[in-house]
Amino acid sequence: MRAALFVTCFNDTLFPGTGRAVVELLERLGVEVDFPEEQTCCGQMHVNSGYADQGSALARRFERVFADAEHVVSPSASCVAMVREHCPAVAERVHELTEFLVDVLEVEDVGASFPHRVAYHPTCHSLRLLQVGDRPLQLLRAVQGIDLVEIERSQECCGFGGTFAVKNADTSMAMLSDKLRHVLDTGAEVCTSADNSCLMHIGGALRRQRTGVRTVHLAEILAARE
Amino acid sequence: MKGFPAAARETLRDSQLRRNLGKATTTIRAKRLNTIAELDDWEALRAAGSAIKARAMATLPEQLEQLEAAVTAAGGTVHWARDAAEANRIVATVAKAHGSDEVIKVKSLATDEIGLNEALAEQGIQAIETDLAELIVQLDPNDRQSHILVPAIHKNRAEIRALFERTIAKGQDLGWEATAIAEAARRHLRAKFLSVPVAVSGANFGIAETGTICVVESEGNGRMCTTLPSVLVTVMGIEKVLPQWQDLEVFLQLLPRSSTAERMNPYTSLWTGVRDDDGPREFHLVLLDNGRTEVLRDEVGRQALHCIRCSACLNVCPVYSRTGGQAYESVYPGPIGAILTPQLKGLDAAPTLPWASSLCGACYEACPVKIDIPSVLIHLRARVVREEKSRWEPERLAMDAVGGVFASRKRYETAQRLSKLGRGPLSKLPVPGWTAMRELPEVPEQTFREWWRERGAR
Repeated sequence: MRAALFVTCFNDTLFPGTGRAVVELLERLGVEVDFPEEQTCCGQMHVNSGYADQGSALARRFERVFADAEHVVSPSASCVAMVREHCPAVAERVHELTEFLVDVLEVEDVGASFPHRVAYHPTCHSLRLLQVGDRPLQLLRAVQGIDLVEIERSQECCGFGGTFAVKNADTSMAMLSDKLRHVLDTGAEVCTSADNSCLMHIGGALRRQRTGVRTVHLAEILAARE
Repeated sequence: MKGFPAAARETLRDSQLRRNLGKATTTIRAKRLNTIAELDDWEALRAAGSAIKARAMATLPEQLEQLEAAVTAAGGTVHWARDAAEANRIVATVAKAHGSDEVIKVKSLATDEIGLNEALAEQGIQAIETDLAELIVQLDPNDRQSHILVPAIHKNRAEIRALFERTIAKGQDLGWEATAIAEAARRHLRAKFLSVPVAVSGANFGIAETGTICVVESEGNGRMCTTLPSVLVTVMGIEKVLPQWQDLEVFLQLLPRSSTAERMNPYTSLWTGVRDDDGPREFHLVLLDNGRTEVLRDEVGRQALHCIRCSACLNVCPVYSRTGGQAYESVYPGPIGAILTPQLKGLDAAPTLPWASSLCGACYEACPVKIDIPSVLIHLRARVVREEKSRWEPERLAMDAVGGVFASRKRYETAQRLSKLGRGPLSKLPVPGWTAMRELPEVPEQTFREWWRERGAR
């Protein structure tokens, strides 16, 4: 099976480790991975910020770049949700990583081992836009050595929301404060999710407060063999 | 108007409000989920509610004319009000015709929207709120409503007791029992129910087929207002019309479960015109437009008119449950307010509200008539950018520039190389809004695509 990686501009530039983890993981599972180098951004930031024309131009560009791919896989629930809604030409072929693993490859145990206490944060877009359900948890539960713990009020937004985090910084911080408290209450050493954007926000505060808790994208846990 | 970010900055500092609101919304969230889980056809009910509303809006002129004919045939008088001033004038004229300098009111958002109480006060008529929470807000001249259903949700028992002991229960010690505190309001209101000749209500639903008006409430004050006084004036937003009597079957299930998490609300009052032997002798229905026809013109935004004012979206909203309703600076707070207010009042009057959301989608999930609030928010953001922002606004220039970068692989890769400048001393620079609470991520030495190319070359 072949799959084209849509790494997202955000991961490409700021979190390359997540993209590397997806490649390693998929290759380990026998998938041949392509990376169309023409890819840039799907247009989500423009669309969600009210710049509909620019967003739509980028969505059309996305459709062209991935026109020939049989499957497109991405480690970002948020960007996949954008593509599902705004790129009808490829929408059905685009999968968020956990959807691809569980629905297309039909695996749960991906052969990972990660002996750490991990709190899973279900991001709003994975939960409510993509409705990935418990696919991430099915995958995480099968990881060897993992001590998976639940965050109280886990389904509540962490307060990132793209430009919301800076445009409504005070409200965003109020939401983040509560999320941090719930994450810390779990006693986890790692907080994970299907989106690095939320993790940048949560992790940025965990580091600022010197909590010692780190954020790791789900793909990196599933690729891990510690 | 301060705008949402500034108004929220103030309310977020209020620790008492944060505590009261956090507690109240957490409780109602859990209760709502339990109550809707009892119905195995909940999703079908939502779909039906959405479809009935869409049909009512698509045939609005016909529905309203049918409603007018039915109400008139049943002995009521129908008035058409283009805007707040017209509606207020109609209500004041009716009250004056009966020589009353007081009116008692059923809780009504439409009358709050048009500023009826203030307009009546200018005419020497005092409007007395009879809903307990509305009364609490009215008694404190510095207070404002903060929730569609529970306008005093930001106040706790101790604050309410102190307020009553300052106002309607002067010199009394009400104690800590909720029933005793409520009793003070009951005594105060009972005298008004029995003596004031004119009542004003809103409407949850108006049935075109029969001319029946429906008010749904919990305290019985609405029943008192709609039955005891000899004159009743109902101010109804034109979007509250439902085509048929049988439509109530759907909405009387959706509304209580979504709003108070009850299977059925305690009081459902339905009346059709007037009767000789019971209830008010005179009934006036004021059909209020006040911007609604304009909202109907917007194909995406118009679904905001489907709202049945249940407040489920407020209760589940992570923004509202922290900032409270006053940060929205509108009668309509929360997610629904963020899409309704800018449309009713004009985008220029509330340009920050479409951004008062993290687009988490909890509101859409909870809405009993499936209003896609996140999509309408995004649509309104685009309208604000298009209609209100100048071409030279820094944000627009930046977004145009970034759009240009993403449009070309070459420019994108150049920008990635430039971002690595952020690895040096620049990484210590503060980013407004972000670094107040969060560190920036470290810009990595190698982008993903650089790794990919290097790997291919190996």
